[in-house]
Amino acid sequence: MSQNNKLLRIEELVLHFSTTHGVVQAVDGVDFELESNRAVVILGESGCGKSSLAKAILRLLPRNVQTYSGRVYLGGTDVMKLSEEEFRQNVRWAVISMVPQAAMNALNPVLKVGEQVSEPATVHLGVGKADAVSLVKKMFQHVGVPEDFIDRYPFELSGGMRQRIAIAMALVTSPNLIILDEPTSALDVLTQASIFNVLKRLKKELGISFILITHDIATSSELADDVAVMYAGQIVEVSDAYGFFDKPLHPYSQKLMASVPRLHGDKEPEFITGRPPSLIALPTGCRFKDRCPFRFEKCDEDPPMFEKEGRLVRCWLYS
Amino acid sequence: MVSDGNTGVIERIEKKHQERKVILSIDGLRVWFELRRFGFGHAGYVKAVDGVTFDVHEGETIAVVGESGCGKSSLMKTILGLYKPTEGKVVFDGKDLSKLDNKGMHWYHSHVGYVQQDPYGALPPFMNIQRILEEPLIVGGIKNKDIRLQRIHKSMEEVRLTPAEDFLQKFPHMLSGGQQQRVVIARAMIMEPKLLVADEPVSMLDASVRVEILTLLRGLQESHNLSVIYITHDLSTVSYFSERIFVMYAGNLIEKAKVRQVLDNPLHPYTRALLTGTSEPDARNAETFKEIPPGEPPSLVNPPTGCRFHPRCPQFMAGLCDVKFPPDFEPEPGHFVACWLYE
Repeated sequence: MSQNNKLLRIEELVLHFSTTHGVVQAVDGVDFELESNRAVVILGESGCGKSSLAKAILRLLPRNVQTYSGRVYLGGTDVMKLSEEEFRQNVRWAVISMVPQAAMNALNPVLKVGEQVSEPATVHLGVGKADAVSLVKKMFQHVGVPEDFIDRYPFELSGGMRQRIAIAMALVTSPNLIILDEPTSALDVLTQASIFNVLKRLKKELGISFILITHDIATSSELADDVAVMYAGQIVEVSDAYGFFDKPLHPYSQKLMASVPRLHGDKEPEFITGRPPSLIALPTGCRFKDRCPFRFEKCDEDPPMFEKEGRLVRCWLYS
Repeated sequence: MVSDGNTGVIERIEKKHQERKVILSIDGLRVWFELRRFGFGHAGYVKAVDGVTFDVHEGETIAVVGESGCGKSSLMKTILGLYKPTEGKVVFDGKDLSKLDNKGMHWYHSHVGYVQQDPYGALPPFMNIQRILEEPLIVGGIKNKDIRLQRIHKSMEEVRLTPAEDFLQKFPHMLSGGQQQRVVIARAMIMEPKLLVADEPVSMLDASVRVEILTLLRGLQESHNLSVIYITHDLSTVSYFSERIFVMYAGNLIEKAKVRQVLDNPLHPYTRALLTGTSEPDARNAETFKEIPPGEPPSLVNPPTGCRFHPRCPQFMAGLCDVKFPPDFEPEPGHFVACWLYE
């Protein structure tokens, strides 16, 4: 793994929001790396800060940001140092694009889908109208939408087709990295599987990297090369997919894995007792300790990331 | 058959209920919605449910599995008495729903509970939990306030929202998704129904909470000897919650069998595709493409002739599948499939 293989490196990324109830520590010191042409899954339950992490990477911030700091290296440059205008021109949608959560339901109902897909290209790359049509047709081919759908309106399309349109919108500026936020959670089983086929093909044929944000372990394995588990604003485990799905290390990851219902086999799924801590009032020490079956004295101190068999885990059990 | 924990439980339940009676019987049910052009003038029908027949026994959990637009919600709403059947009948506890008057429907609704898909949408935002749970009791004619409160406390305990005092004065938005769904379940259970209809009760919840809610539902089902109709698109949760699965496609039930039979030996090509499409956590998934039948479920206005799956079917037999509608075949005991492959 040489240095220039790294597409994205994130160090100590922090994103806190101020609300009337207090400071929400949504992303609290996140580090991870992504090599090009790989897919990393950010796995976590609702409220763990995984969507905020996506927004922090793309600098799509709401107004109530209290702290936003850290380093995001893209290639060799720290894009956190860029001005807003430079970031918009050179990073957002040019190199990293995103399919936001429920994007398929957020398409503009009064614009033809073809126009909506071409918009990022005309705005960011200054593509002309005639070129835009052929570009959109090419994108439709990549995501498996018939070309004549270019003149249709969103209401004329099924959920699966609209999700493909949303992916085409992220793809049209030919970025290196696409962030997908729960891309299939509202879709039917067969549609989910066909969307993942599309994503796998994009990765294989166009060499695109993905950050897939999801709470669904089973479907996340469809795309994952690496898995990062997020809990209460922190990454608690980083592992390659084979290692993770075979034997998760962190007690939280183990519990998550045990909660997945299986089609075959005799193991009954278990649930995790308790609830994740509020991001406003985080406990000291390990943030999972109150729900952890292996809790011991050491857990009252903040665990650092420990390395175990080339994987990283934030748990004192591996010290 | 694999002798795992699940099957053991199911076999025990089966023995126990060998002579159990039928609580809900659906016979040749069709629910069609008329399409009108410009407000008047006939323009065809949406055949949401088209010839569905099955029985639910006392204390039995069945799962209706299908994708969106297959008619499972229309089927459910007809069972709840919200839609009138176009043809066929729904018989609950020996009484035909279409023959019941207002008072009869009132009786029926107090015996059927309904758990909605989206708990937040199902709970009125301006009512606190106590009022939400009290309302069915008031409608059900329980006049004594102390008895109502007792019932509320009891059902809060059953869904493990304890201590009840902490929750009664709260409003729905103050609860987490899992807690909201517990309130919905408590409300469905408060009249002590015999039948519970659960429409995708866990699809809006996080993976770890899902199992918690399903465990709760299963506990209630066992302790109350409740019949449950579990409507879902997720085959993986079915395996440990239901006894029988009915697979629905474009308004028809295409495969009916016990859970293990369907999961271990799916017969209908559509059921097989559904099982292929369902992921299990395995890193090898990322390296292979899934074989998915092309296209999308058909429009219910003009469904394909013959077998409705034939345009997408990998084992399509020309001259048969596209002409004749397949009846139910029984290639192994208790395993029904509507597919010409098993003629």
